[in-house]
Amino acid sequence: MKALVAVKRVVDANVKVRVKPDNSGVDLTNVKMSINPFDEIAVEEAVRLKEKGTVSEIVVVSIGPKEAQEQIRSAMALGADRGILVEADDNQLGALEVAKILKGIVEQEQPQLILLGKQAIDDDSNQVGQMLGALLGAGQGTFASVVNVTGDKVQVTREVDGGLQTVELNTPAIITTDLRLNEPRYAALPNIMKARKKPLDTKTPADFGVTTTTKLKTVKVEPPAERKAGVQVKSVDELVDKLKNEAKVI
Amino acid sequence: MSILVLAEHDNKTLNGATLNVVAAAQKIGGDITILVAGSGAQAVADAAAKVAGVSKVLLADNAVYAQQLAENVAGLIADLAKGYTHILGASTSNGKNILPRAAALLDVSMITDIIAVEGPKTFKRPIYAGNAIATVQSEESIVVATVRGTAFDPVAAEGGSATVEAVAEVKDAAISKFISEEIVKSERPELTAARIVVSGGRGVGSGENYHKVLDPLADKLGAAQGASRAAVDAGFVPNDMQVGQTGKIVAPDLYIAVGISGAIQHLAGMKDSKVIVAINKDEEAPINAVADYWLVGDLNTVVPELVSKL
Repeated sequence: MKALVAVKRVVDANVKVRVKPDNSGVDLTNVKMSINPFDEIAVEEAVRLKEKGTVSEIVVVSIGPKEAQEQIRSAMALGADRGILVEADDNQLGALEVAKILKGIVEQEQPQLILLGKQAIDDDSNQVGQMLGALLGAGQGTFASVVNVTGDKVQVTREVDGGLQTVELNTPAIITTDLRLNEPRYAALPNIMKARKKPLDTKTPADFGVTTTTKLKTVKVEPPAERKAGVQVKSVDELVDKLKNEAKVI
Repeated sequence: MSILVLAEHDNKTLNGATLNVVAAAQKIGGDITILVAGSGAQAVADAAAKVAGVSKVLLADNAVYAQQLAENVAGLIADLAKGYTHILGASTSNGKNILPRAAALLDVSMITDIIAVEGPKTFKRPIYAGNAIATVQSEESIVVATVRGTAFDPVAAEGGSATVEAVAEVKDAAISKFISEEIVKSERPELTAARIVVSGGRGVGSGENYHKVLDPLADKLGAAQGASRAAVDAGFVPNDMQVGQTGKIVAPDLYIAVGISGAIQHLAGMKDSKVIVAINKDEEAPINAVADYWLVGDLNTVVPELVSKL
């Protein structure tokens, strides 16, 4: 079966971002960018399914600026076969618009498995996979920690608040990955070289009939309230005393 | 303003997270209806009817909603949405699973994890693992949003007298099926609602040591137990105990972080706690920067000493 994996170019998970002084957003100039960590897990899962013989082709798609082709190339270096970049301004697109573009791609490519990260670590929305499921009328296995494909059914073990839940979905199925699904591999140098030669198509949102901009307007972006500096206590006695008499929490 | 709140429940009891969502709904203002979608969930509907400030409870009781599969419940919400200006749910795995799907069925954008109500259509929400707070305004006809429970004080569970109405509608998408679940049993308070949380990280060394060191402390304080991702990945404790950007968000009165370095992703889940205590052998650990009190020492001696002195 064919697998489609959606990846997003986001600020690297280890970067501590700063809010711009004019409160218009977060300053991303000269900041290291990477594949969203959850999406990397989605790529890895698709590659593992291909290695098992379940998946025959992996198409990786990214929607974002021209530079997002770096992330598509990274995904191809990990084992994806070809890429589609939908060039668009991230600021215009909300989760709903992204889901609509992905719907267009799914209709064109007809994958049986659609893998996405459960959330992007920049907007922390956790919406696109679910929205795509609705638009396609496909089942969703969100927050997946185990994926098993048998015939035209997919069993997904999901991380839910009380523990784990397993559901079975008809294909085409949407899977959004949780951190524990797998440990993504590193791309080997020869694979990075090979990835440069893999096909990469460029499209626009209009190619999929999506021209609207998000109806969620960001009014301002502020830094979170600072916590006041704490104190180092020298002994357990001092700690107990502070908690009882100063903080009064025990 | 007319607000529909999706109840969190397990078909038997109403989850407290619903009370925080109702509190957010009250800040928006207007008529509040709670939707209970489940199977054999009359008791949940009765409990929802007693929640302060709620005017109506809709009970959709059918086997197709037993495990609240998103494919079925989102379809139900989309059908019921007419006439509501807002559809709210808790920022739980359930709310996050269902509401975006419902929003897309209604062709509206959705807001995840609101932490403040600035106006009927304007909300604050954290982005970048809580390192920035965005104020967003929705221009949609229906506002669909999940609510971060720890940001709103729960309304009273008693005192209301809403009417319960049955919803006859049965939405079965028939594209997904519940197979099984594995729920972690615990005698301790629920993590996201606890007044005190004791969390362990990689520094505790092993699952055995986690329980040996942290159980007595949690027992003594009547605290819930949490963990960093490192502790979960190392298999010390199950993953539903993970606190952080990708786990649970907590904001207790007291958060005690033991053997946790304090990665950005962990801080995102606990830095709104009222008082933070860090016990760590590393003087340079980032957790100390957000801690109100930090003690440098070996957790294996410090924690038992703390237990004995409480």
